[in-house]
Amino acid sequence: MKNRQATELLFTLSKPGRRAAVCPPCDVPECSLKEMISAEFLADELSELPELCEPDVIRHFVNLSTLNMSVDTHFYPLGSCTMKYNPKRHERLSALAGIVDVHPYQADELNQGMLHILFELQEMLAEISGLPAISLQPAAGAQGELTALLVAAAYFRDKGENRTKVLFPSSAHGTNPASAAIAGFECVQLSETSDGLVNLEELQSRLDHQTAAFMITNPNTLGLFESEIATISQMLHDAGGLVYIDGANMNAILGIARPGDFGGDMMHYNIHKTFTGPHGAGGPGAGPIAVRDFLADYLPGPVVVRSESDSDTLAYQLRNPDKSIGRVRSYFGNVGILIRGYCYLRTLGAKGLREVSENAVLNANYLMAKLKDTLPVPHGEFCMHEFVASAQQIQREHGISAMDIAKRLLDFGFHAPTVYFPLVVPEAVMVEPTETESKETLDAFADAIKEIIGESPAFLHEAPHSTPVSRPNDVQAARKPVLKWSASSDS
Amino acid sequence: MAYLFNTPDQQTEMLQTIGVDSIDALFQQIPSSNQLNRDLQLPGALTEMELEAHMRQLAASNGGGLNRICMLGGGVYDHFVPAVVDEIASRGEFYTAYTPYQAEASQGSLQAFFEYQTLICQLTGMDVSNASLYEGGTSVSEAAFMAMRITKRHGKVVILGSVHPEYRQIIATYVDNVYCTVVVIPTPQGTADPADVEAAVDDQTACVIFQHPNFFGCLEQVGQLSEIAHRNGAMSIVSFDPISLGLLQRPADYGADIAVAEGQSLGIPMQFGGPFLGILACRQKYVRQMPGRLVGETVDRNGKRCFVLNLQAREQHIRREKATSNICTNQGLLALRATVYLTLLGKHGLREVSELCCRKAHYAADRLSAIDGISLAFERPFFKEFVLQCRDGAETVIKKARQNGFDVGPALRQFGDLGGVAANEAFLVAVTENRTKEEIDRLVDAVSISSDSD
Repeated sequence: MKNRQATELLFTLSKPGRRAAVCPPCDVPECSLKEMISAEFLADELSELPELCEPDVIRHFVNLSTLNMSVDTHFYPLGSCTMKYNPKRHERLSALAGIVDVHPYQADELNQGMLHILFELQEMLAEISGLPAISLQPAAGAQGELTALLVAAAYFRDKGENRTKVLFPSSAHGTNPASAAIAGFECVQLSETSDGLVNLEELQSRLDHQTAAFMITNPNTLGLFESEIATISQMLHDAGGLVYIDGANMNAILGIARPGDFGGDMMHYNIHKTFTGPHGAGGPGAGPIAVRDFLADYLPGPVVVRSESDSDTLAYQLRNPDKSIGRVRSYFGNVGILIRGYCYLRTLGAKGLREVSENAVLNANYLMAKLKDTLPVPHGEFCMHEFVASAQQIQREHGISAMDIAKRLLDFGFHAPTVYFPLVVPEAVMVEPTETESKETLDAFADAIKEIIGESPAFLHEAPHSTPVSRPNDVQAARKPVLKWSASSDS
Repeated sequence: MAYLFNTPDQQTEMLQTIGVDSIDALFQQIPSSNQLNRDLQLPGALTEMELEAHMRQLAASNGGGLNRICMLGGGVYDHFVPAVVDEIASRGEFYTAYTPYQAEASQGSLQAFFEYQTLICQLTGMDVSNASLYEGGTSVSEAAFMAMRITKRHGKVVILGSVHPEYRQIIATYVDNVYCTVVVIPTPQGTADPADVEAAVDDQTACVIFQHPNFFGCLEQVGQLSEIAHRNGAMSIVSFDPISLGLLQRPADYGADIAVAEGQSLGIPMQFGGPFLGILACRQKYVRQMPGRLVGETVDRNGKRCFVLNLQAREQHIRREKATSNICTNQGLLALRATVYLTLLGKHGLREVSELCCRKAHYAADRLSAIDGISLAFERPFFKEFVLQCRDGAETVIKKARQNGFDVGPALRQFGDLGGVAANEAFLVAVTENRTKEEIDRLVDAVSISSDSD
């Protein structure tokens, strides 16, 4: 069934003289190019781009698409990534004329519908987080982290305090320390307790007048709620620092607990995870941040404000906060994804959102209960929206690694869970089923894992066996990187 | 309507397997004092039909785009997007997948990104492209950080005042909490005087950053700027317009070390500012200092060609605080759009689009600047965008155009410091292949008549 010819590289499909897109003839008076632009600026020859015709292009990319696993086609329990169903209505609504074709410098008076949507989204995100001030600008979760840390830096500078350190547990996402380093902070990593939670004693011993912030994911990356979060928050505030909540795991607590209520001062959302902006094979995402009142003036601009009843002014306008750290991105933000998040929140309402988290947590606990006798879960009797199992014992006894299980699952028609993260669990298998999966799917997934563990290790080391390609040679890829096609290397 | 499968009976069955008697019991790990214990106060839930009506009403109230003619510029442009781009990008297999960690189940995206990287190299003449960043503005900052790491000069960056003011603001924000001076070279004539750049660059400078065509649409002395950077051991970073490369010299031709761009014009709708595409390409020797995802070719265990995420040891999930960037993903779906767009155009199509933009922009500039009270702000050569200076004020002309269904701008006044450019009475006009002579003539009539009767 595979069309191997169509999935050859574009460059080998190219034939001189083929055309797809063709422009209409020029309708303004022609003059010589060199009258417009002097020769020194002009290219000597045409670019090397390939030449295909339109059916070629369609067949190539449609066939390529069939080589992917995706949420639309497969169960995708990739821990930490919240790969839930992406409602199709969002695609149509975000592509409406009047939304998809608005230029970022469109005058506010011609953009009231858009600003209405974005204002209402700000309000909803403030209510869900319990933190009143929102910036929709960050393009992704990692940029949200960086933005919030720059906000914290500006706040402390304003107060005349020199706070240079950012703390985080070793179970943190890699983006936490990377963002802190780019924001100019020194990174301090803490260990966990044997329960997989923040070590309060160690945290206390590391807090001082140089502490700017503690970055904590809650529920954490082990799928556990940090039950001492109120104490942690008090400790930070006593030391004059701020608490940053990495919102990657918001899918567990929508309408149940709010970062602002349990002690967070700032947080980011991942609209593409929690509120179903599709992941786009890597991006785009959107990473709005929510902060407390006293940080609101430092947010990047623009933000949308609603005018209070003055009939002469527009209902919605763009404003820069008074002490804004400045921009972190050009234009307003990843609006296309924000629109999808808005549509999702308007579809669900308060009750629907709570049901999301209830069923995400139910599904995760059900799958954990079905699997924990096969794949032990070192931390927690129950989990929130995801759990982290360990293949360490199975590896010792049968020589089957987390990677073997992940790869073999592909043959069963399941995307692999996240493996080898978080780093604190050896042979980690991190499973996040999400709420948009059925009991039948979870049962089939659990059965598949049990079956895999009974298979021969040698057979598993060579898995997957039914995918378009088998395990790639990563070592060769890294040793001699081939990062583009070239005519000479293609034989 | 939370897109749920579980029936009440199944929920009960699942709870029995777990060994608890209610869903609430699963939330007992959250201390009750940390729980909300009330309903969120959100607008009521809408069915699909209600939501559609609501969104259509908001979209219709949003004058922008509906039967209006867009000649707005400033880094985002109303280029034509062929239907094939939307068709491919709306394949669920592409847009509902995630970062291709499992290469065996992601060859579609991985090959498309490998093709993207190749197309960007063909377009720019550079040796290597990453699989994309957020957008054009942050790409400039990432390139500057990359230059600091490569030159080991962390204290000074030189940037032209003619670089997009928002891109300059992003750099200023990013380096605000680290010791780094951003020196801005004034460009009061629309482009930089290379002598001013020469005077500002020293042996502590990491890079010289310029935009070409620049924010005002003008062409810079790019060869000289690169030479000045290199003579001082600094890197040459250009922010380019991909469409312009159908006509103009490629970044590699004039000595750029890192070439970055806003890729919106490659088949991506304007959608009030994003999501867009950050392009970053460089010379081969700098590859290990690149930020962002890179896709490489290798073979599988049967010797068959395949594609993988490559050189991940640069990235945050491995290197954490020592990573080359905190960026976690590429803009996969937008990179796919650009890949399809460039493939559809091919070498001849890109040339046609580029030439049409250039010719129509020059026609529009000639006609608009012939109107009494309106003149071209700069005498420099330009590509598809230019600045008009208006005797009676930029806002007056912009409003007259707007009343007649034309959106022009942005007015330069809103950007604050613009490298010494007299911004008060000036605004941008951009002309793409989407505009017709008839539209341009109508704009000229509308603005002329309005000016006379004012």
